[in-house]
Amino acid sequence: MASPVALPTPTSAPDLEARLALAEQLLACDDPRPCAERVVAWLARQGHADVAACVVRAPGIGRLECLAAWGLSEAERAALEPDSAVMESPLTEVLRQGTPRFFTPPRTPLPDRACLVVPLGRAGTPGVGVLLLSADSAMLPPEVAWVSTLFGPRLASLLPAVPRAWAGGELLRRIIDTVMDPVLLTDLEGRPHIVNTRAELLLVAGPDASEGRRRATELNQQVFSAALASFASGGAAGVRRREVPLVDPVEGIDLLFEVVSTPVVEPDGREVLVSVLRNVTDLGRATQALGESYRRLRATEREARSERHRLDRVLDSVPDPIILSDPAGGMVMMNGPAEKLFATHPDSGEAALRRLRSNNAGFSSFLANLLDAGGKPRWRGQLPLVDPATGATLPMEAVASKVLGDSGELTGIVTLFHDRSEALEKARLLERVKEGSVHLEARVQAATAELAEQNEMLRRQAIQVEQASAAKSQFLANMSHEFRTPLNAILGYTNMLLQGVSGELSPAQKRNLTRIDSNGRHLLEVINEILDITRIEAGRMPLNLSDFGLPELLQEVMAEMDPIIARSKLKVSTHLGPHVPAVHSDRQKVKQIVLNLLSNALKFTHEGAVEVLAEYVPATSTIAISVTDTGIGIDPANQEKIFEDFQQVDSSPTRAYGGTGLGLSICRRLADMLGGRVTLQSVQGEGSTFTLHFPRRARRA
Amino acid sequence: MTNPTETQKPLVLVVDDYQDAREMYAEYLEFSGFRVAEAKNGQEALDKAFELHPDIILMDLSLPIIDGWEATRRLKNDDRTRTIPVVALTGHAMTGQSDEAKGAGCDSFVTKPCLPDALVDEVRRVLALHGGTPSR
Repeated sequence: MASPVALPTPTSAPDLEARLALAEQLLACDDPRPCAERVVAWLARQGHADVAACVVRAPGIGRLECLAAWGLSEAERAALEPDSAVMESPLTEVLRQGTPRFFTPPRTPLPDRACLVVPLGRAGTPGVGVLLLSADSAMLPPEVAWVSTLFGPRLASLLPAVPRAWAGGELLRRIIDTVMDPVLLTDLEGRPHIVNTRAELLLVAGPDASEGRRRATELNQQVFSAALASFASGGAAGVRRREVPLVDPVEGIDLLFEVVSTPVVEPDGREVLVSVLRNVTDLGRATQALGESYRRLRATEREARSERHRLDRVLDSVPDPIILSDPAGGMVMMNGPAEKLFATHPDSGEAALRRLRSNNAGFSSFLANLLDAGGKPRWRGQLPLVDPATGATLPMEAVASKVLGDSGELTGIVTLFHDRSEALEKARLLERVKEGSVHLEARVQAATAELAEQNEMLRRQAIQVEQASAAKSQFLANMSHEFRTPLNAILGYTNMLLQGVSGELSPAQKRNLTRIDSNGRHLLEVINEILDITRIEAGRMPLNLSDFGLPELLQEVMAEMDPIIARSKLKVSTHLGPHVPAVHSDRQKVKQIVLNLLSNALKFTHEGAVEVLAEYVPATSTIAISVTDTGIGIDPANQEKIFEDFQQVDSSPTRAYGGTGLGLSICRRLADMLGGRVTLQSVQGEGSTFTLHFPRRARRA
Repeated sequence: MTNPTETQKPLVLVVDDYQDAREMYAEYLEFSGFRVAEAKNGQEALDKAFELHPDIILMDLSLPIIDGWEATRRLKNDDRTRTIPVVALTGHAMTGQSDEAKGAGCDSFVTKPCLPDALVDEVRRVLALHGGTPSR
């Protein structure tokens, strides 16, 4: 390495106007590159050099950059900008030493000619750049010296940051480049002074970078600067942390960095920040995932809790007590009904507590059955408990079931109780109902038997009655025969005597015999009527239906009654209503009834008339034959009675009127047989009307 | 010794187990100009009928040994007595007895009690129907 040579100072007078123009231009320009171009052009035009260039350390990255060149080929200019920031060159030497030097060729990367390299910068600080001028000697021209003193500080202030204390920085540079996290040194506004490769990727776009990448880096720089600015305004000293979202300029994806910024005071007293960016994108995602997991966990827990509440409510809603016990038999939980039986309450009385203890003891021994039962999954049994509140006995049936874990181990015991009071009460009632029904059945059977017995008895009685009735009929038939046989003799002999078979009779004898005859005939009449009734009742008087005319029948009746009518002093007449048709009925019975009615009328009428009227009633297709008298009449109270057997109004033995009292009774029976009836209208003392009603056409019974 | 006029009188066989009635009818019939023979049961009635060959028989139906129906049936089935009219006498006025009596071959039917004069009237009527000579 050539040792520095002190340059002699030219003595020619300066062109003051040219200097003033340049100074004005530099003051008006805020950009280092146009400033450098003007300086280079000015130097070249002033004729001080045919080749000139201005090379600076690019801010932040430390690499050399040619801001302006005059008279250099592209290759010569490119050579001035080495790829690596760490490469040593005459330029970096001058920058580091801060004094002008004269180089003779060949000195790469300088052009192939003798050159002056003049450092640029503030006095007393490392240079921010150099001026390269072709020169014939190591003599520093006065204009160049002037430009350097003018442009040096100006350039230093225009360049955002010029690495300082760069001596030995290459190694440091390499070290920080190896750090995987972006590391950079910035001023308080966030303008980068030193950045490592990672940080450069995020924050710096090369000149040949794509539009997208350049925008991304610009955006990142803005965000980063804003973050740092807020640090600064935060005011707190020491290490500051902050999360900053940046964009990966290559991939375009969002990244999250934790920025740890540490304020550092530069040797010149300026405060800068060293920031280390830690990519926490994955961490953020992990955190997010963790939060999500936690949230899910909470939700699951909530669900579990609500499930548990639901289960509790379900269990409480079951009216039967339920208890969950641990494998040792200790109670884990119980529902409401179970609590009433097993759980003590603060206000439980002494008696209640005693009953609760008793219940719990009973339950424990019950569970012991299941635990002692070996492999059996459940145990069922009767467990009499006591209602703690009332002391009433509760006949419980309990079923304890083992709850097994996934591997078959016993994890708990569920016991369900069922109050059998109701069932027992039902069973008891059922039993009573059964008893009652058995009793009832027995009674029904007894009653049925009794009924059957009574039926049998009635049947027998009916048979007996029938037999008795038949016997009576037979008896009466026999009796009438037996009556008649002697009566036949009595009447016969009386008749013979009255006819003088045994000689002439005295008047007294004749009168007495006549009385015998009269009484005998009456007796015969009675016997005949009794026989008639007997025949009717015995069903031995059948209907003999035939067609006949009523006028002829009435004539016959009148003829038969003629002797009696003649004896009476009554006016007896017969009348026939209009349109009386022929009749289909039992002629003999109709005649017998009319004879009887007429006979009665004659018997009970002392004076006046008896009228027989036969009529046809079309509305009912019936015949009405009435016998009206002007006799004694019948009291309404007796009007029904006279149709009964052996009844007369006066039934005393000394009654004034003869007759058996069977006549009307027989009439009624005969009328029944004809399908008709006999009616009576009577006013006592004025007379009576008996009427036989019977169908014009009788129906065979 | 026989009285020819006596033999001209119709012979009536009165059959009745009741003596009073039998004799009463017999007496009245004789009083009324008939010859009378008597029988007190069915068997006797048959014997007298075959023996005497009466002009008419008064036959009570309720008789011991052989009843009136059976006796009448036999008389009517026998050529010797077939033509003798039989008047049935019965105390049983029940319906059906007259039919039964006629079925047995009775020519007439009289219900007891029957006064002697009424009976004699009937005997005369039946005899007249059969062409016999009524007495008186």
